[in-house]
Amino acid sequence: MTGADSTPAALSALDRPNSYIGKTVPRPNLDRLLQGRGLYVSDIELPRMAHVAFVRSPHAHAKIIRIDSSAARPMPGVIAIVSGDELSKVITPWVGVLSHLKGLKSASQSAIAIDRVCWQGEAVAAVVAATRAQAEDAAEHVVVEYEMLEAVTDMRTALDPATPIIHASLGDNLAFERNHDAGGVDQAFADADEVIEAEFVFGRHTGVTLEPRAVVADWNTAERRLTIYQGTQAPHMVQNIAALHLGLTEAQVRVVCKDVGGSFGIKVHIYADEMATYALAVLLRRPIKFVADRIESFNTDIHARDHRCKGKIGVKCDGSITAFEIDDLTGIGPYSMYPRTSAIEANQVVNLVGGPYVTRNYRARARVVFQNKNVMCQYRAVGHPIACSVTEGLVDLAAARIAMDPIEIRRRNLIADDAYPCGSPSGLRFEKLSHHAALAKLVSMMNYDALRAEQAALRTKNIYRGIGIASFIEVTNPSAAFYGVGGAKISSQDGVAVRLDPQGSVICQTSITEQGQGSEALSAQIVASVLGVSMDRVRVILGDTDNTPYGGGTWASRGAGIGGEAALQAAKVLRRNILEVAAAILQSAPEQLDIVDNEVVNANDRSPRMALSELGRIVYFRPDTLPPDIQPELMATRHFVPRDYPFAFTNGVQASWLEVDIDTGFVKLLKHWVVEDCGTIINPQLVDEQIRGGVVQGLGAALFEKCVYDERGQLTNANMADYLIPMACEMPDIDVGHVISPTKETELGAKGAGEAGTAGAAAAVANAVNDALRPFETIITEIPLTPQIILSALRRI
Amino acid sequence: MTNPVAISLNVNGERVEAHVLPRLNLADFLRDHLKLTGTHVGCEHGVCGACTVRVNGDIVRSCLVLAIQAHEANIETIEGLSDSGEISDLQAAFRERNALQCGFCTPGMLMTAQDLLKQSPSPDRDAIREHLSGNYCRCTGYQAIVDAIETTARMRVEGRP
Repeated sequence: MTGADSTPAALSALDRPNSYIGKTVPRPNLDRLLQGRGLYVSDIELPRMAHVAFVRSPHAHAKIIRIDSSAARPMPGVIAIVSGDELSKVITPWVGVLSHLKGLKSASQSAIAIDRVCWQGEAVAAVVAATRAQAEDAAEHVVVEYEMLEAVTDMRTALDPATPIIHASLGDNLAFERNHDAGGVDQAFADADEVIEAEFVFGRHTGVTLEPRAVVADWNTAERRLTIYQGTQAPHMVQNIAALHLGLTEAQVRVVCKDVGGSFGIKVHIYADEMATYALAVLLRRPIKFVADRIESFNTDIHARDHRCKGKIGVKCDGSITAFEIDDLTGIGPYSMYPRTSAIEANQVVNLVGGPYVTRNYRARARVVFQNKNVMCQYRAVGHPIACSVTEGLVDLAAARIAMDPIEIRRRNLIADDAYPCGSPSGLRFEKLSHHAALAKLVSMMNYDALRAEQAALRTKNIYRGIGIASFIEVTNPSAAFYGVGGAKISSQDGVAVRLDPQGSVICQTSITEQGQGSEALSAQIVASVLGVSMDRVRVILGDTDNTPYGGGTWASRGAGIGGEAALQAAKVLRRNILEVAAAILQSAPEQLDIVDNEVVNANDRSPRMALSELGRIVYFRPDTLPPDIQPELMATRHFVPRDYPFAFTNGVQASWLEVDIDTGFVKLLKHWVVEDCGTIINPQLVDEQIRGGVVQGLGAALFEKCVYDERGQLTNANMADYLIPMACEMPDIDVGHVISPTKETELGAKGAGEAGTAGAAAAVANAVNDALRPFETIITEIPLTPQIILSALRRI
Repeated sequence: MTNPVAISLNVNGERVEAHVLPRLNLADFLRDHLKLTGTHVGCEHGVCGACTVRVNGDIVRSCLVLAIQAHEANIETIEGLSDSGEISDLQAAFRERNALQCGFCTPGMLMTAQDLLKQSPSPDRDAIREHLSGNYCRCTGYQAIVDAIETTARMRVEGRP
């Protein structure tokens, strides 16, 4: 934690003796995972449970002429073989649009394809059998006759009149277009001394969660109730959607989420095969388990990025940036995903480009087109890596053109730290950011001048190292502005209930979810700090729609900022209630008492008055001894949603130091630095690890990860040997530092940190590669930066 | 070769007799037959390392080994290593350093880390990263894992608990 400053600002209810806020404490219950004794969905078994395997389309676009399952039905273990048509009697189709994304259109999608398949991997039939192996055996004997249709694969020609229209009813292949024009862009370019243009190309990649998507759906026909065990980030969203399309009330659906083997946005969506699994459970009146295998994961987990973005920047000789302009194109597969839609990433790109900088002149167009490839949707740091790479790539091109140092051009253009609150030309509102403080800290952490000297010295020995800088902003703590206003039944508020039990232990039920980020830890830290109990007394319950308050879950860096504030406020109420009861018992006044180390103490000298376990004993078992006018309430619930700002923006800056082997085209990452500002830090270690993990996901996109499709829409590298992922031996150590600007919208002051690492990592690497290759007068604006790309740019192949 | 075959093996110190189909891999046998679900299945083609177990003392990808190949073998899984206390220091270091997030790769990581530390008591960071190069972790970015293994190695060499 080089350069880390983990001291939070003073906090009323949190700035207490033995507070856990701002402290590195181990996450509760890690031993369960360390001993292999977690409970992931893939581990769950229920009585009478059957397994489903899906027959999937080998074609990107085809009519389904006939499905013949006669050879498969008599095979061992087979329980049922169900087509899309048959399943449609149980579950209704959906359309992935939201009203606040004006003009967004998509076609009706079914749980299992009916009549036509639109991407390679779309399910055409479900085979249910006693074991997964038997289901797969039988699936191989389901004969599907297809009539091939022309596949639309290249987003650049998707809108051409000669290109077939994937969904005739939509009229064209354009899902969404957004245009934005702020300030005086044409004049600003005219006023610039230099105008630089480039096209940035981003590979389509995917999340590769180590545990694939998995669901067990259990319909109890006597209770008329469906229990869904699923690795999801948003249990209440799944409850709502499952109920809606199965014709049930939400009360008839319970969603349980135990341990989740990685999410990163992959598991925040509603997938057709998961909907099919819910429907099969209802249809067959038994528990059905679906666990995607790795090929299914590559072909059906949402993909992300896949943008081609033309960018333009104007700059004066003194380094001032006069304007940004972008024209972004992205292909999202054949359907907009449900229910969050596939227009959000392009929309974010428009929102975020130029975001760290002062210029008010900004023009943008984003177009989102349909293709016959796997669906694309929100994945960690939605839109941020695109916007950051385009913005920071342009800024570096401008700096190089006017021969200015990359740090200096940023110093001259980043929004001043005392300029807040302020807005961006795309309409974002910033409460408080710290670009300059972050940049100064980064320069110091990385010893910038020494690195530059080292770089120059090595160049004389034909060793090509580069430094890349990337400033960024990050969307966190989303309010209803993200989804709710568009009509999605996705909660932006979260709730926490805290309860003191007789032995002085605390139960905390929260609607945020855990996928390893530390939701459980931060909830326990906050509750324990406010209540004055030790953390090991707090048990956190999450991921169960029957047993937590209603809320959004964990996505878009909202857990700490929103769920954490709800925990803080609920704990404050419980603390007050405890002190009122204690005052009655002790014939004192609440304000004269405090709770420290699991005991009620005198506020003035902390002398012990009563253990919480004694208070619990009296309240629960001897209430007859309490004064007659006292009704203790040792459970308290509070909810929270941001209202002042639609999003709590954070900021930061990253730097990459790397070496390019100009003979092989390989890039060796030597070191990476991040300084970010997520406001109040609840647990410095957890924040730093979120940043590091996020950076490595961005580094994967920068160097390795790409879903390679051929011209027929076939995914050619749908396995972990051919789709390259970052492994330990290729990754650098990452130093993380912080600037702390708490949001004033909450008492806690926490903003999110989940996207920051991913937001800027690829931009920093791309800038560093270009910096390394500067002697060769070549510029690369495409990721992943494979040896082939680099050697081509060097004209060596 | 489609009829069940009798196998007899030792799993975490317990004698196990079973009839298994020849095609059943060891990972599925451990998980589905013995309910030892700490061995995770991530890719089923030998790349991700989540299913790493010890067979006769060597770490292997249990998705690439057939259950019948484990006949008369001595198998150790994360549950066995946890209960014996063999890796309690490594587990403690992972906990203190937050060297796991979702935890799905963790059993395989611990298996691989212990394998390294048995072969090489004082590996440097590059050697640790190299030895882990067949174990995929999407959450941590690896640095915390490398730190935890480095700490454990140092403490073992210094003879600290």
